[in-house]
Amino acid sequence: MSDASTGRVTPSTPGVLLVLAHPALERSRANRALAKAAKGLSGVTFKDLYETYPDFVVDIETEQAALVKHDVIALQFPLYWYSTPALMKEWLDLVWLHGFAYGEDGEALKGKRLFVACTTGASAKAYHMHGYNRFSMDEFLRPLEQTAHLCGMEWETPFVVHGASVKDDAALKAEAERYKARVASLLPKSVEA
Amino acid sequence: MENFLTQTLVYLGAAVISVPIAKRLGLGSVLGYLIAGVIIGPFALGLVGEQADVMKFAEFGVVILLFLIGLEVQPSMLWDMRKAIFGLGGAQVLGTASAIALASLALGLPWQTAMAVGLVLAMSSTAIVLQTLDEKGLRQGPVGRAAFGVLLLQDLAVIPMFALLPLLATGAVVHAEAGGGHGGSLVSHLPIWAQTLSVFAAVAGVIGGGRYLVRPLFRFIAKARLREIFVAAALLIVVAVASLMQVVGLSPALGAFLAGVVLAESEFRRELESDIEPFRGLLLGLFFITVGAGVDLPLVARQPLVLAGVVIGLMTLKFLVMFGIARLFGAPKRGAMAVATALAQGGEFAFVLLSFTVGAGVIGAQLAALLTAAVAVSMALTPVAMILYERVAALMDAAIPDVVPDTGDFDEGEPDIIIAGFGRFGQITGRLLAANGFKSTVLDSDIEQIELLQRFGRRVHYGDATRLDLLRAAGAERARMLIVALDDREKTVELVETARKAFPDLVILARAWDRRHAYDLLSNGADAVERETFESALALGTTALQKLGFRAHRAHRASAFFRRHDRRVFEELRPMWGQEEAYILASRDAAKTMDRLLDADLHRMRPGDAGGAWDTASLDEELRERAQQEGTS
Repeated sequence: MSDASTGRVTPSTPGVLLVLAHPALERSRANRALAKAAKGLSGVTFKDLYETYPDFVVDIETEQAALVKHDVIALQFPLYWYSTPALMKEWLDLVWLHGFAYGEDGEALKGKRLFVACTTGASAKAYHMHGYNRFSMDEFLRPLEQTAHLCGMEWETPFVVHGASVKDDAALKAEAERYKARVASLLPKSVEA
Repeated sequence: MENFLTQTLVYLGAAVISVPIAKRLGLGSVLGYLIAGVIIGPFALGLVGEQADVMKFAEFGVVILLFLIGLEVQPSMLWDMRKAIFGLGGAQVLGTASAIALASLALGLPWQTAMAVGLVLAMSSTAIVLQTLDEKGLRQGPVGRAAFGVLLLQDLAVIPMFALLPLLATGAVVHAEAGGGHGGSLVSHLPIWAQTLSVFAAVAGVIGGGRYLVRPLFRFIAKARLREIFVAAALLIVVAVASLMQVVGLSPALGAFLAGVVLAESEFRRELESDIEPFRGLLLGLFFITVGAGVDLPLVARQPLVLAGVVIGLMTLKFLVMFGIARLFGAPKRGAMAVATALAQGGEFAFVLLSFTVGAGVIGAQLAALLTAAVAVSMALTPVAMILYERVAALMDAAIPDVVPDTGDFDEGEPDIIIAGFGRFGQITGRLLAANGFKSTVLDSDIEQIELLQRFGRRVHYGDATRLDLLRAAGAERARMLIVALDDREKTVELVETARKAFPDLVILARAWDRRHAYDLLSNGADAVERETFESALALGTTALQKLGFRAHRAHRASAFFRRHDRRVFEELRPMWGQEEAYILASRDAAKTMDRLLDADLHRMRPGDAGGAWDTASLDEELRERAQQEGTS
């Protein structure tokens, strides 16, 4: 179980910890394409939560060590009920603890950056005051933005793919390339090369 | 006895020396056996004596071959092959017989003799054709199916031939029943209607017996768990069917084929296959040797040109007729060539039919001797002809890249997974996999278990899975995974070891008795193991925690933590396995770790606590402090 959670990046070359949560990745075209594009980048440690913890029993020590090791924490997930999938929430609940991530003695994540990459089924138009979802993506992602703030992290502009399930292969490929470039831009210059 | 041993020594010695040499030279095993036969035959070294008895014994190899083929053919497949059998086969027998008869007529034979020669030489050699196609890897494809259909019809056609040939008599009838096994049946003195009736009764007997008698018999024998008795029973069935067919005047090979088809759907099919297989190989080898030994070298020496003419004429004619027919039936050029080449020789039935026709006064003894030699030589030339065909085919391939598509084979489709052992453990794994759409072949040696499963319509095969041949017959070469769920420690290790060596690409998962057994299996090549009691004991422990007052989620997490810890220790201790002292020391250390962990768990998860991972004590404290500060300021 612990195999998948050990990173390739050594402490001396801190990079991006890319945490993916999708309960049925085999059925997701968008998230598979995005993950495939980004996880091969050198300096990126890829962690597939549903593959690592199928029983939801998250290993707190291992996860905290991985967080400490990386400069950028990237969360990739499909938007479920305007929030993260259940296991990613469980992961946040169990790993981002008081005294570690926040609170008087919790400074482990201070100065790191939090980056969210999110896919939605509905089109961009829906995420608008006059759309049927009534609020913007920025508003829906506020809880995560505030999480970053409470932990003393920098909030990166989120990467959002709208209408993920209706995009054709060519469009998805373009999005994946855009995503790859974005993740690469988050890497420290020395690692990126 | 002494004579028997000497003879055995000669036959086995000849085979052991010549077959590997022939194989190495790229000539194939059939040619190797034939050459061995010629060398030890009465006309060369003269190491062996009278061939007739050995020949009869060796012909049993053909019977076994047909039985084995029958086992591979489900009745529904036979129905699908009706076009190949009756269309292609019928056309081949009629077409070839007519062509050869016309050629004989042109050479000056009287029309009755010409017709008899045509019919006799239209037959091909089942043994040689199938063995050669097998060696070339052509038997399962369309070529093999077409050839097989023709051979099957030829076997059927032999029956009316025995009735028809005496009618062509020109000279004095010497003794019409001299045809040995095939013509001289016990019922031949009966009126035609009684003969017909007895044939139908025999066929019905084979089908009914196979359905309702053989299976309970095998179940009974299987319960005794004596492998050699199972082999004996399998041979007994083949011999019994062959004898029955002989009594009513049918071809024993045909009867054996029928028996095979009837048993093709039984759970014993794989076991029968691998039990009888070695007999087939040996007896067929013997058969080929006797054919080789039967080549009348003095005759060849006396009339080399005549014989060469007959052989070449025979093979060319048979090739051309079959090629034309196959093309008419829509076969591609290459496939038609392969079938026609394979079927171009005379068959073993020709020997029997020739002696029968001599007896019936249809063909003269001189001519019969010449034809017998020609048939034997043509059989010997078949492997050579196949090599020639391959050369030509290779040239054709170079000219036009035309690939013959191989459309399936006789089998019900290869399994994704082979499950060895379908008892209390294997069936749970098997059900899970089946429920998710994976095809599996199940091997089990407990006959009661098999009966039970069959009542639920599952496909189970009887047999000891540690045998490599049975694994192979079950499709281990193409399966993705082997799951070893045997209830026997030693056999499990043995099977994992055997399978790993024979099938390096197969994923092997094994049921382990305990920790030590698990290490043993891993070091013998298992990809993953599962200790058989671990998960269930853990589940019971979880229930216990709940009954002791833990909330379900907490009990679940407690056992999950325990599982993770135990698996880590299992991996950590793995390198020590085999070094007894290091292992004991390390496992003591692990026990200490376990103590510490249990202590920590106990401390953290004490009943009444907020509980483990959702411990908010430190946050609560901070919030209280903050509230106080806010209150004072």
